[in-house]
Amino acid sequence: MMKYVNYERPSIDGKGLMMGKPGYTDDLAEQNSLIVKVLRSPHAFARIKSIDKSKAEALEGVELVLTHEDFKRIPVTRAGQGYPEPSPHDKFVLDNYVRHVGDEVAAVAARDKETAEKALELLVVDYEVLEPVLDFEKAYENEVIIHDEPEIHEMFPIGFEPKKNVAASYLMHIGDVEKSLKECDTVTETTFYTQAQAHVMMEPHTVNARIDYQGRLVLYSSTQTPFHTRRIVAQALEYPMSKIRVIKPRVGGGFGGKQCVHGEMLVSAVTLRTGKPSKMVYTRQEVFESTFSRHPMRFDIKLGAMKDGTLKAIDVEVLSDTGAYGEHALTVFMVAGSKVFPLYNKVDSVRFGGKVVYTNRTPAGAFRGYGAIQGNYALESAVDILCDKLKVDPVEFRQKNMIREGETSPIFEIMGEGTEGIAMTMETCKLDYCVKRGMELIDWKNKYPRKDMGNGKVRGVGMAIAMQGSGIPYIDMGSALIKLNDDGFFNLLVGATDIGQGSDTILAQIAAESLRVHPDEIVVYSSDSDLTPFDVGAYASSTTYVSGNAVKRAADRMKQMIIEEGALALKVPVEGTDFDGMTISHGDKSISLKDLSNRLYYNEDQKQLVAVDSYVGTKSPPPFMAGFAEVEVDTETGHVELIDYAAVVDCGTTISPNLAKGQVEGGLVQGIGMTLYEDVVYSKTGKMITNSMMTYRIPTRKEIRSLKVEFADSYETSGPYGAKSVGEIGIDSPPAAITNAIFNAVGVRIKSLPVTGEKILTGIQKSRQKGEKQ
Amino acid sequence: MTEIEFVLNGKNVTIDVDPTKRLLDVLREDFGLTGVKEGCGEGECGACSVLVNHEIVSSCLMPVGNAMGKDIVTIDGFSKTERYRVIHGAYEDEGAVQCGFCIPGMVIATESLLNKNPDPTEDEIKDALSGNLCRCTGYNMIVSAVLRAAERGKGLW
Repeated sequence: MMKYVNYERPSIDGKGLMMGKPGYTDDLAEQNSLIVKVLRSPHAFARIKSIDKSKAEALEGVELVLTHEDFKRIPVTRAGQGYPEPSPHDKFVLDNYVRHVGDEVAAVAARDKETAEKALELLVVDYEVLEPVLDFEKAYENEVIIHDEPEIHEMFPIGFEPKKNVAASYLMHIGDVEKSLKECDTVTETTFYTQAQAHVMMEPHTVNARIDYQGRLVLYSSTQTPFHTRRIVAQALEYPMSKIRVIKPRVGGGFGGKQCVHGEMLVSAVTLRTGKPSKMVYTRQEVFESTFSRHPMRFDIKLGAMKDGTLKAIDVEVLSDTGAYGEHALTVFMVAGSKVFPLYNKVDSVRFGGKVVYTNRTPAGAFRGYGAIQGNYALESAVDILCDKLKVDPVEFRQKNMIREGETSPIFEIMGEGTEGIAMTMETCKLDYCVKRGMELIDWKNKYPRKDMGNGKVRGVGMAIAMQGSGIPYIDMGSALIKLNDDGFFNLLVGATDIGQGSDTILAQIAAESLRVHPDEIVVYSSDSDLTPFDVGAYASSTTYVSGNAVKRAADRMKQMIIEEGALALKVPVEGTDFDGMTISHGDKSISLKDLSNRLYYNEDQKQLVAVDSYVGTKSPPPFMAGFAEVEVDTETGHVELIDYAAVVDCGTTISPNLAKGQVEGGLVQGIGMTLYEDVVYSKTGKMITNSMMTYRIPTRKEIRSLKVEFADSYETSGPYGAKSVGEIGIDSPPAAITNAIFNAVGVRIKSLPVTGEKILTGIQKSRQKGEKQ
Repeated sequence: MTEIEFVLNGKNVTIDVDPTKRLLDVLREDFGLTGVKEGCGEGECGACSVLVNHEIVSSCLMPVGNAMGKDIVTIDGFSKTERYRVIHGAYEDEGAVQCGFCIPGMVIATESLLNKNPDPTEDEIKDALSGNLCRCTGYNMIVSAVLRAAERGKGLW
């Protein structure tokens, strides 16, 4: 019987944060920090002929002005990934080329914000403005080459061909797709487009630096990847890693947007050169224009099936837009296949390939879903198109063709993230239950496909199934250290990175479950490169599964140590000695944990008990979900309202049901936002138009009418206490489920996101004209 | 520089400051009140919400000169009240806090709503909190938290 897992408990940091206690990066900056501001490119593509910094340097209060001339040319990638990174090393701290509006030109460090901003105005930059590549469909082999620097390179083969504007490329196939398509009764061929999406975490990217009393560089950073940040800063500045400490305080959201290095390199350079503390808080405009957004993609997808509704072949060509730099280019691309197409594992053949191209737009990077949301939209829309053509019920089609417990897909072995994958069988896959329960929650039987409301409005329901992963096998490593203290409480030190999702809370619960002690007895400290053991960070839905397994192992080890020390104290054999969380006992002899601890630290057999362990996955058990949407379409205006969204998720055991639900609900709303509201829009010259919260619209409370989230009863034995990960799965299903619902309501197929009233109205008018002609 | 006098979290304060400086910066930098967060700097996200004479205001849009003679309450002061205790408990029990960055502003918005309307409907809550953005949650838990706070805090507002 589990005591502290699958157990409701408020998050351990919530109380202090709610009261506004200093916890986030900028709350912890040195009072007298130099303010670092960056001059950013007004051009989408330009060469910097010269920068005159004399006037800026002469301004009182300016400490330092940095340009590309102040840095050795060392190409790095800002992507916070395992090493060697599967992203091209194509970025310099500062360069003599700027490749998107908002790219870094120069940095100023001054005593206050006003002086720094004034100094930026005094910088005189002579640009040679170049013709930009703004259309990603014209980027490949364009005569304009975005990255022509001789130093840039890939760390291992990722299909990097910068002279052709290709950051990465990939091709895989299973079976003979051409042959199986020929043998199919029905083949559909459709092109889908997904747009760039902005993360809009509430806390902007923030970092500060200081030199400590030992002369070491200490960074506080709002990051998802503190250990990768230490490594990348060391590489970029050729500064010893041993002299850098990265501390991740509380983080105000990330969603992938902080799985990278942004201000860290410049702030470090300023503090190392001046010896003074410095800080950088991105403005909201900088967060939009000068960090990352989601990779826009084009999918050309063919599906082949037999009359009886058996899916036979999947053929997909993808073009992905990585913007000005190639962070996460290959891996996001691969996830658009590897965490999507195993959903239909009974096909004869699959082909998946294409390119990731550079353009002169804000770079794309990691974003919750990480390719899977894009691929899911294309596949699950195409499946409904196929069902419509075959006159097959879309739910029955999925039930017939989808992956089930005990089954596998050859894709798992072929496709990893940047490398080959790992074969695995679905030990847990409750998709069947998720679909059935979702149908009940949305009342599918009574509502499918549509209901005319009689006032020009039509309601429709639609659905999609989805999957994700639980970390990257044989790559993502997490570790944990548990220390017993006098008086019998514990410290849990983890590299795992709590960015608001609540990992500190659930990792304490896992340790508490193993040790049978109340979670309040476990003091968690996470993500400090000097004090906590290694962890890759918060990404790839890895924390619950990978870091959670590391915590469980360390806690199990600690329990064994307590039993051994208890047996020694009681003068009894270890065998037959037990620890129930309070007392170590053997027959009628017993000692409390408190007494044992005090004995260990003050009285007899003195020693410190510390247990440490780590975990790297040997597979990546996917969480699954079924998503059901009900929409109401106004046939006069094309306006869509999401009436209801029901999601049923199989993520194994929910360590904290409330936090898991929060992950799914938050993911759903971001997926709904991407489907219906959010779009990163550029002007004709490549300037981002949607660069503020006023112009880039994320859903508010008013847009979210009803969300129903439930979990399937599921236990993954390879996970900690049966858990799989749950960070990303929630975002994947809304684009396809909502657009399928729109089709079922009014017969209009949305092939490019986001949905707009205009697209629907145009579709309705087209089908009316068609009707009139017939 | 101008001398600005106002009441901050129940205490009379005076500060010699550029009157065009944003109230947000004065609160964070000059008074060390870290509960006031900057999310966007343009009045869209609500993370910097404070109460000015009991009305909710985005402190990033208010020059400190306008604070002259006013009564200003931030989360740092509000968190010492019984009303806060009730709101806090409700947020915690509903699991409404994820990254927490929007929450001080959200709590201020909740106080501002309940102060005017102690028994709000779900729609009234959605309306009242629509100026405070959250990117982590699906908002459901926050709406439930406000409903629960209203119920538990009967008589307090």
